[in-house]
Amino acid sequence: MSERPEPMSETAPAPADVDSPTLPTSPKRSFAGIVRGLLVAAAYLLGFVLLLMLTFVVLRIPPLVALHSLWTGAFGDARSGHLPAFSDTLIETTPLLLTSLGVVVSWRAGLFSIGGEGQLLVGALAATALAKYGTNLPAPLLTLLMIVSAGAAGGLWGALAGWLRVRRNVQEVISTIMLNYVAKFLVSWLVLGVLQEHTYHNPQSESLPNALLFTRLLPRQWSDNSQTSLHLGVPLAFVFVPVIALLLFRTKFGFALRVMGQNPDAARTAKFPVDRMRVQAMALSGALCGLAGVIELLGSATGSLPASAFSPGWGYTAVPVALLGGLTPMGALFSALFFGALTQGCRNLSQFQDVPTVLIYLVQAMAVLAVVGARAWNARRTGKEAE
Amino acid sequence: MPAEPERKPSEKSRLMTLLGGAILGTLSLATPLVLAALGETVVQRAGVVNVGLEGMMLIGAFAAFVGTEMSASLPGHIAGNSPNPYIGLIAAALAGVCVALLFALFVVKLTANQVVVGVVVNLMALGLTGTLLRTLPRPEGGFLNTQALPQILFSLNLLTPIAFLAVPAVWWWLFRTRRGLELRACGEQPTAAEASGIPVLRRRTAAILFGGGMAGLAGAFLSVGDVPTFQEGMSAGRGFIALAIVTSGRWNPWGCLAAALVFGFMDRLQIQGQAMGLHLPHDLLLAAPYVATLLILTLGSGWSQSPASLGRPYRRV
Repeated sequence: MSERPEPMSETAPAPADVDSPTLPTSPKRSFAGIVRGLLVAAAYLLGFVLLLMLTFVVLRIPPLVALHSLWTGAFGDARSGHLPAFSDTLIETTPLLLTSLGVVVSWRAGLFSIGGEGQLLVGALAATALAKYGTNLPAPLLTLLMIVSAGAAGGLWGALAGWLRVRRNVQEVISTIMLNYVAKFLVSWLVLGVLQEHTYHNPQSESLPNALLFTRLLPRQWSDNSQTSLHLGVPLAFVFVPVIALLLFRTKFGFALRVMGQNPDAARTAKFPVDRMRVQAMALSGALCGLAGVIELLGSATGSLPASAFSPGWGYTAVPVALLGGLTPMGALFSALFFGALTQGCRNLSQFQDVPTVLIYLVQAMAVLAVVGARAWNARRTGKEAE
Repeated sequence: MPAEPERKPSEKSRLMTLLGGAILGTLSLATPLVLAALGETVVQRAGVVNVGLEGMMLIGAFAAFVGTEMSASLPGHIAGNSPNPYIGLIAAALAGVCVALLFALFVVKLTANQVVVGVVVNLMALGLTGTLLRTLPRPEGGFLNTQALPQILFSLNLLTPIAFLAVPAVWWWLFRTRRGLELRACGEQPTAAEASGIPVLRRRTAAILFGGGMAGLAGAFLSVGDVPTFQEGMSAGRGFIALAIVTSGRWNPWGCLAAALVFGFMDRLQIQGQAMGLHLPHDLLLAAPYVATLLILTLGSGWSQSPASLGRPYRRV
């Protein structure tokens, strides 16, 4: 890879700069390819487990006990049943999955957006506002409209960064960070203002009627008569994995998007509308994150939006999650599932051991650094061999 | 600042106290922003975006806290057998440099994507400090407490004059010295710079290390400055405000100073307003730095002055 001579204003650093050229540009279909992919995934998994155990050893926690505790937290055990724990894991996975799909879309297009956090928040905010002012609509319709409005709001928030990039040449890295914080304070201003619940005691919006919230999917009989948390929003989110995969790898638009991401000049030469596609990619990415917000809102027990700390940073975590998934939708699914399970497991672990749940961030960071480092090292090595 | 309280507090002296408090408060709130933004200005002028500023500040804050606490057990002639916050400052700067070294290894040596590594640094800082926090001995009541930096100028500590004197120093270095010119060349046209004999990778690494040290000091201001304590995630977005300041200050130390003072004043206004029970829309005031930056970028030609190769990895051909 050589330095492109044009100034920054003309080109974005292509994802080829991000990762190695070994990054699959389309899903491998051959049997050997699948086997190889599985082997690599297994190697990563093994590496993660070793990394975790090492961390526990450093923290002076018996590693096997801790691993067992993580496992039962994420997948349950025979005594308490597997369904409740696993459905909690899926719930934890959902916002990570949608935001990281958003990252996949924008980064594949060569736009290094880290605006998932803000887009998620405005999505939830738009849905909350609609629920407050649209009460005379029938419940299923209102739920549907809430979902659509959240996607639209997130999309607009993303498109704004795209517009700034196209018209004002502002790097999306900076603009999305700014927009994240604007969204954060917008939420707390509105939720403590016009959207606050009617008693004005709690810093949150009105609880939504049950009819608006997502229905719980699993019957009580399956889990000793206790309600499992799995709701309609989870399959809704998972549907976007094949949708985005098809869009990116089986449509003309997706092809143009990826070409633009690899080499914007080539995309221009091929007469792709680069400017419009950049805004579109940011809008699509934002819409996915907005959906994450509304699904989290409608999947919660009360459906009320808190003035702060609605998201524990899903929008930021989405970047490493998507990256560990090799910037593919399927990869993002596995990666999000893995970190969803890890989060849920760590929550269980922290009940028995003096381990903070933020430990996951540390593990996540080390994992990404290891993967990014390995890929970059590989790219350097192969690059040198090529010369 | 009134030197001593008058016997009969008149309306005028109360106003003076309020004004003095506002000025000192603004300077104090602007201090970490100036420190971090100056470091980041140098980093971005070298062509590197460090989104991990927030994490570097957090680690600096933690290191300052731990360094201050541990300095009590150093030999007496070094720290005087009691917690010494100046040792904390050194620890914070060193910790910032260490994280920056990691950042530089990935970004410069391995040419990994700068945004990814930045985001990862933020996650790592949150996880690392949160986890290590549990290993610290907790006093009764659970509130962590340490020795604050002594006030040397009215209510201000050493870091404030350091920060404000660093502004002309960094400006002079960047725009009036050969080394500064070379550094800016690395951010504009690294290929051309390399061709004229400037070791781009080494200069970028040096800039990143400087940025890390400054971010560490900025973090130290949070944990051993006004309120000597450490809390999980206490940088609370100040690293991102510093990024906003670098952008709206147009990659110029003087611009950074102006932006930091404006944002520091708004923060002060927000705090003062809450203390006085005024109904200021304090969320809107908190959002001001980000909105202002976006407006500058949208309305003006704000981005046109950015270093041309900002954010692009450089590989030696």
